[in-house]
Amino acid sequence: MSKPIIATASLAGCFGCHMSFLDIDERILDLVELVQWGKSPINDIKTFQQDCDIALIEGGCCNDEHIHTLREFRKHCRILVAVGECAIMGGLPAMRNNIPIKECLEEAYLNSPSTSDANPDKIFPNDEELPMLLDKVYPCHEIVKMDYFLPGCPPRADLIYGALVALVTGQEAELPYEVVKFD
Amino acid sequence: MSDHIAAIDAIAAKYDNDPTRLLDMLLAVQEQERYVSDAATRLLAQKLGLSWGDIQQTVSFYHLLSQEPRGKYTVYLNNGPVSIMQGYEGVATAFSEAVGCSFGSVTADGRIGLFTTADMGMGDQEVAALINNVVFTNLTPEKARILVKAMQKGVPAQDMVTDNTEYGKYGDGNNSLPSIHSMVCNNLIKPGPVCFGPYQAGAALRKCVAQSPEQVLAEVKASKLRGRGGAGFPTGMKWELCAKAEGPERCVVANADEGEPGTFKDRVLLTERAQLLFEGMAVCAYAIKATTGALYLRGEYAYLKDYLEQVLEQMRSDNLLGKDIAGKPGFDFLISGCSWVLAPMSAARNQLLESAEGRRGEPRNRPPFPAQSGFHTMPTVIDNVETLAATVQIIDKGATWFRSLGTEESTGTKVLSISGDCDRPGVYEVEFGITLGELLTLAGARDPQAAQVGGPSGRCLNAAARDTAISFEDCPSAGAILIIGAQHDLLTIIDNFMAFFTEESCGSCVPCRTGTWMLRNTLRRIMHGQGTREDLTSMRQLSAVMQKTTKCGLGHTAANPILNTLDNFPHLYDALIPEQTDIRSFDLEAAVQASNLTVGRASVAKEEQV
Amino acid sequence: MSEDMNKPLTDLISLTIDGQEIEAEEGQTIVQAAQKNGIYIPTLCALHADKENGLKYDLAPGTCRICTVKANGRTTAACTTPVSQGLVVENDTPELNDLRKTIVELLFVEGNHFCPFCEKSGSCDLQALAYRYQMLTPRFHYAFTPRKVNADMPKLLWDGNRCILCRRCVLAIRTEEGEPLFVFANRGDKSTIIVDTELIQDISEELAQQAMDICPVGAIIRKEKGFDTPFGQRKYDHSPIGSISSISSDMTCSSGENKTGGEKS
Repeated sequence: MSKPIIATASLAGCFGCHMSFLDIDERILDLVELVQWGKSPINDIKTFQQDCDIALIEGGCCNDEHIHTLREFRKHCRILVAVGECAIMGGLPAMRNNIPIKECLEEAYLNSPSTSDANPDKIFPNDEELPMLLDKVYPCHEIVKMDYFLPGCPPRADLIYGALVALVTGQEAELPYEVVKFD
Repeated sequence: MSDHIAAIDAIAAKYDNDPTRLLDMLLAVQEQERYVSDAATRLLAQKLGLSWGDIQQTVSFYHLLSQEPRGKYTVYLNNGPVSIMQGYEGVATAFSEAVGCSFGSVTADGRIGLFTTADMGMGDQEVAALINNVVFTNLTPEKARILVKAMQKGVPAQDMVTDNTEYGKYGDGNNSLPSIHSMVCNNLIKPGPVCFGPYQAGAALRKCVAQSPEQVLAEVKASKLRGRGGAGFPTGMKWELCAKAEGPERCVVANADEGEPGTFKDRVLLTERAQLLFEGMAVCAYAIKATTGALYLRGEYAYLKDYLEQVLEQMRSDNLLGKDIAGKPGFDFLISGCSWVLAPMSAARNQLLESAEGRRGEPRNRPPFPAQSGFHTMPTVIDNVETLAATVQIIDKGATWFRSLGTEESTGTKVLSISGDCDRPGVYEVEFGITLGELLTLAGARDPQAAQVGGPSGRCLNAAARDTAISFEDCPSAGAILIIGAQHDLLTIIDNFMAFFTEESCGSCVPCRTGTWMLRNTLRRIMHGQGTREDLTSMRQLSAVMQKTTKCGLGHTAANPILNTLDNFPHLYDALIPEQTDIRSFDLEAAVQASNLTVGRASVAKEEQV
Repeated sequence: MSEDMNKPLTDLISLTIDGQEIEAEEGQTIVQAAQKNGIYIPTLCALHADKENGLKYDLAPGTCRICTVKANGRTTAACTTPVSQGLVVENDTPELNDLRKTIVELLFVEGNHFCPFCEKSGSCDLQALAYRYQMLTPRFHYAFTPRKVNADMPKLLWDGNRCILCRRCVLAIRTEEGEPLFVFANRGDKSTIIVDTELIQDISEELAQQAMDICPVGAIIRKEKGFDTPFGQRKYDHSPIGSISSISSDMTCSSGENKTGGEKS
C-alpha cells in the first residue's frame, strides 16, 4: 500500500506555520516513515504531479493568486487543513480588512515615509505578473471547503504533528489543553 | 449661547426638572433645535442632576432622536416591508433627486435631511413618511416632488396638510378635527361589537362604582379576557396579582406603543374610541385600587396627543376621571397625560417601563415582575389599549355576553390590522376563531403567496395554512396580518424583517444583538448564491440558541422569520444553494475591482470564474 | 465566610446544582450561590467582587448570557436569577455547554479578535472560554465590521475591535459621585461603548488599572506599559478557565499542572 501524500502551501502567511511544522524536530523521521511528500515550499515541488491526500494550508487569501492556488489544492487534495490563525480567520493581514484597498495601496506605495521620496512619479506596481489584491483578506473556508482547523500563531509543533499522525493513521486526534492556543 | 441655556432651562422646567421625563425633554429639544447637541446634553445633565453618560445612553438609543443636525425639515421615509411592496424605491428616488442628497444625509444648506425609519403604524396606507412629526401617507413619486417643493419654499410641515390642497387632505372620521388635522385615514373596514361597537360613555364606570372592586375583578376574570398585545396573559389574573402586591400606590399603564410591526389598529382605536380606552383604565384602577395612570404612545402617533389630552380634559370635567369618580367618594384616579415610547419594538412590557422612565428601552431583569414593582417601582398593570377597551364592554354588557363571542379559550373579538397585497387593507374587528382563509377573502387577497401573522416575530404561513384560526389556541398575535402576493420575492421581505431586528435589538444581550445580525448576514449570503447546506444548519442551530438564551421576547422570537421560511418555504432556499459546495461561490471580479481601479488595470481576466 | 456563620440558619435556602446540594442566602443569584460553593458557572459580564479586582459589589449586567442554566427546567441567565428554596439547577451539561460555545463563537465573529497580538491573550476570558469549549474555529462567517479605536485619552486605550459590550466598565468604572466614565451607546448592531471625554481626563491610576483588570477581553488596555507577563505565566496558559488554579490566581496550585508544551513562544 502506498503511503499517503502530503502537500503544503503558504498563502497570505509569514511561513511561521511552516517553521512550526519543522519544529517537530527529529519526529520528522517518524513522519517520513508514514507519508510521502507532494507539492510544498519545503521541497520546492511547484506543481501537482499527482493528487494528494492531505494538504496543510497556511495563510488566508489576500490576492487573486491565492484564490487560484487554494482552488487548485481543493481540486487535487482529499483533505484540506487550515493551519494557523491566518488560514482560519485572516490573521494579521486581515487587519487591513476595514481599510479601503485604495488607502492601503496609497499608504504602501505613495505616502509612507519609506516610499514617498523613492516614488516621485507616484506609480503603483502594475506588472501583469503581479497578482491583484482582493478587497479584503478572506479566511480559507470562505473560498473552499476546509476539512480541519489547527489554531495557533503558529500552531504548536505538537499540535501539527499530532493532527497529521491522527489523519494518516485514522486515529482520533488528541487536543491537550496546552497545545491548542490562538496565539 | 445664553439664549440656548435659557431655552434648555425652559424645556427642563416645563417637565418639573424631573429626570424621569427626560424623553419628553429630549423630544422638545429635538423639535426646537432639530437635534440634541452635546451642549444641550451637558446642560440637561447639569439641570437634572444626571451625568452626561446617563443622557447620552438614552439619546443614542432612540432613532427619532439625533445627535447631529438632521435638517430644518427631517424626512423619515418608511422602508418597512409594505412600503417596499408598494413603491418605496420610486418614492425614495424621487425624494433624493428632488432634494439633492441621498438617504442618511442632510443637504449642504442644512434645510432638508432624508432618513429612513422602520414601521410607522401606517401599513394600510404606505408609502408613508414622517416630516417634522407630521404624517404623510399614500406617497407617490409625484407627491414626493410636491412635498420637496413645499419644503424648499419653507412651508411649515403642518401646513402641508390642509382641507384639500395639492399637498394632501385630511383623513376620515376624527382625523379632520382641529385638534388632529391629519391626513391619516382610519380604513376601518369591519367594525365589531366590542372595540368599535355601541358604547355609552360612563355607563360602565357607573356600574363599577355600584359594586365592590372585588366584584369588578371577578367579572373581568369570568370574561376570560386575555391580553391583546400578543402574549395573551389572562387579564383578570394580572389585575389580581397587582391588586395583591404590596405598595402604597398602584398604577395603570396603557400600552399604545403598537410594538408589533404591521399593527395599526391602536391608531384607529385612539382616534375613534379614545374615551373607551380611558374608561377602561379607570375600570382597571377601580378594580386594583390604583391612583395613577399613564398612556404610552409611540412617537409616530404624536399627532394624536392634543386630541387625546382634550378627551382626558373632557372626562375630568364629566367626573369620569379625577376625584370621587362617578360620584363614588374616594375613587380617585388621574391619567397624567400622554408620554412617549420611541422604539418600535419596546412592546415587551419591561422595555416600555424603562422607556417610560426616561431611560434606554431595554428589558429589565425579571423578577420582579411589573405587577410587583413596575412604573416607578409601583405595582403596575400594563395592558394593551385594546384589552383595556374590552373591559369597559365586559362591565357594561356582562362577562356572559363577552364569552358568547369568540372561542372557548379566546373570548371576545380581535381587532386586526391587514396590509399588503389585498384590495381592502385596513382594520377589521372580528370574533376570535376566524380562519386565515376567511380573512384573505374578506380583505380581497387575489394571489397570496404567504401571510405573515403577528408581525416579523409572528408566523409566516403558506397556502396550506388557510384553516389556521386567529386565536390563542392556534395562532395568537397582536393582530398584524401582512399578505405577500406571488409577485413579490418572499426572501426579500424576510431580509427586511431581519434588518428590522438587527436594528431594533437593544444591543444588550449577546445572542440577540449578534444572532439577529448573523442570521441576516447568512440569509444575504444565501440570497447572493454564496450559501451552503451548512449555512442552513447553522441558521437553525443559532435560532435555537437565541430562543433559549436571549433576555426578552424580541430575542426569543427574532429568528422566527428564518425558521418559518425554512419550514414552510424550503424550496426558496433550495433554489439558491449552489450544487458545488467544495469550491465556494466567490465573485473574484468584484473582489479585485477596487485594486484594478486604483492601479489602472483593466481586468483580472486570467482567472476562471466559478 | 465568618459572616455566613453568624447568620441564623433560617436565612439559608437549599438548592441543587447538577445534583449537588448546596446552601445559599436569600437574595443571592444562582451565580453567586455557585461561586460561594466552588461551582463554576461561566460568566463574561457578571463578576464577583474580590480584593484583586477591587470591586465593592458583585456585577451582574446580564448581557453575555454565557451563564445560561436550566432552573427548574427553564433556561435562564444564572447571574440575574435569584435562588429559591428547592431550585433544581442544571449547569454543566452538554446541551448548555453547546449554547455557551455558540455564544463564544458569535462573539468571535462579531468583533475583530486578533488574538496573536492582543495584550490580553492568555489572560482573556473570552479566549479562555473558547479553549474550554474547544472551539477550533467559529461555525459562523467572520464579519470584519469596522470598529473604532479610542486612544485619545490619558492612561487608557479602548479598542472596539475587541469589545464584547459586556458593560462591566459601564457599571463599575465611575467617579466618586457615581458618574459613569464609560457609556453604552446606540443599539442593535450599532451598539458601542463611548467615553465621557471630560471625566476621563482625571481618571486615577487605580481606576485606570481597575478598568483594564475587570475588562474580560483586551478592549481596555493601560497605556505606556504592556505585555509584562511572559508566555507560560499568563492566567490561562496551563489550566482552563473555571478550574481551581484559574479561579483564584493567588492560590498556588501544584496538582494538575503540566508545564510541557506551554513554554513555547
